[in-house]
Amino acid sequence: MAAVQVIRSEWTKIRSVSSTLWTLSLAVVVTVALGMLISALSRNQYDGMPAREQLSFDPTVISFAGMTLGQLAMIVFGVLVVSNEYSTGMIRVSLAAVPRRGTFLAGKIAVATALALAVGMVTSFAAFFLGQTMLGPYRASIGDPGVLRAVLGGGLYMTLIAMFSMGVAAMLRSPMLSLGILMPFFFLVSNILGNVDATKKIGRFLPDQAGSRIMEVVPRAADDTPYGPWGGLGIMALWVLAALAGGYLLLKRRDAQ
Amino acid sequence: MIEVEGLTKRYGDKVAVDRLTFSVRPGVVTGFLGPNGAGKSTTMRMILGLDHPTEGDVRIDGTHYDRLKDPLTYVGALLDAKAVHGGRSAYHHLLCLAQSNGIPRRRVAEVLDTVGLTAVARKKTKGFSLGMGQRLGIAAALLGDPRILMFDEPVNGLDPEGIHWIRTLMKSLAAQGRTVFVSSHLMSEMALTAEHLVVIGQGRLLADLSMSDFIRQNSRSYVRLRSPQRERLLDVLHQAGITVVEAGGGALEVEGGKAEQIGELAARNGLVLHELSPQQASLEEAFMRLTAGAVEYHAHTGQDAEPQDWGAGWKEA
Repeated sequence: MAAVQVIRSEWTKIRSVSSTLWTLSLAVVVTVALGMLISALSRNQYDGMPAREQLSFDPTVISFAGMTLGQLAMIVFGVLVVSNEYSTGMIRVSLAAVPRRGTFLAGKIAVATALALAVGMVTSFAAFFLGQTMLGPYRASIGDPGVLRAVLGGGLYMTLIAMFSMGVAAMLRSPMLSLGILMPFFFLVSNILGNVDATKKIGRFLPDQAGSRIMEVVPRAADDTPYGPWGGLGIMALWVLAALAGGYLLLKRRDAQ
Repeated sequence: MIEVEGLTKRYGDKVAVDRLTFSVRPGVVTGFLGPNGAGKSTTMRMILGLDHPTEGDVRIDGTHYDRLKDPLTYVGALLDAKAVHGGRSAYHHLLCLAQSNGIPRRRVAEVLDTVGLTAVARKKTKGFSLGMGQRLGIAAALLGDPRILMFDEPVNGLDPEGIHWIRTLMKSLAAQGRTVFVSSHLMSEMALTAEHLVVIGQGRLLADLSMSDFIRQNSRSYVRLRSPQRERLLDVLHQAGITVVEAGGGALEVEGGKAEQIGELAARNGLVLHELSPQQASLEEAFMRLTAGAVEYHAHTGQDAEPQDWGAGWKEA
């Protein structure tokens, strides 16, 4: 069957280039290491915090603090998986082999997503357990209400970030252009929009702002966010869907180059 | 069998391919000839469904390319040897292509052996020379054991041994009854491999004929003469009923004449000849005459007979 063949082929493609290994291992290492560091620092500062802050202290979120940086490696992974085809010219060989462009793109995204999901889950669980070890007496347990959802959500969040990057790269084709837009957007712009009062209401509907909600367990003080953890992840999923649909439509319409 | 009908590709105002209609038949090497920028590569990309035609249609064995199940088993193509991921090994490059078309894994080893890349199969392709890259591209084309093969400028940049290898390969593929469609901008190259010719210039079809017809129509043979007694020679030839044309530099040319006959005639009349040489216009010249009106990028080397404005070539295009 054609779909199975394409998936087998895309799996060979993805495992035979070194960028897959280094982007994904960077995502794991950076997220886990930074999460451990920030968890250790938070543990030392806990006693000096005002009571109000102690009340909304969320050990689960703190162990995921490394994701802000680790997600950038996921973005690079998602971008390279798709844009490699264009920057090398391989796209012409690939589409001559699989001329049904929808099948081609779906196969590629499916394989890369499955890999991102596996790595995302490993990262999320490792970041949680190692981070909690660092937090010592203030740690959360995986059995606490909402914690397992947050940890699974962390893995899904990283997967969706990678998928969104694949969609954007499918639209823009150039790796430099895609990274040049996605990296500063997720590292800076989204944070600024989400933290400045004037733009907060719009900012929280951005993919990363909405999606990262799933990793929170303890409610924030005076929270008026109009969606819950799963609602937030749903908003992020809609962004992903839009990016992939855009990528598909452009791939279908354009000449292959 | 490749059938191209009314194929047109426009980029904005510029017409790259202009209502091309021709077909490529099995069992012979068909040369796709045209100067650089004539639209050969664009046509080949449209045959593979990579570029969308503005108008017209291409059929492979009666169907559209994107309707073929496992297309690599119908058509194998080498378009651009550099279009590979440099970080991937030759083996994995071929393996991913084979898997996408349900081609068994052992075929990868077979084609690597055919093109002589077995020793470097596990090496990353970015270290490959142009010739090795070309061989890898040909291995990819042969992978599905297709009935139709298409090569875009396959001998470009190859050393003489590589060129010889490709010529032999193309002929043997055609001899097995396959359809072989190969593009080139060199007539001399085509003369050695192709049995049929499709010539285009500025995207338009200029000729679609067999190589032997092309040679018969275009190879002009004549005898060139040079003599210090030019006027007397002209008279003698005229009396013998031989038509003479004046060529540049004081030389005379006799179209289709026999050197022996003219030499004997001159001797009988006691004429001194400084030159008496049979000449054959090359196929390259014939090709240049054919495409002269349709060359996009003119080089002005000073050999052009008629003076031209700089840039006249591109203004016309």
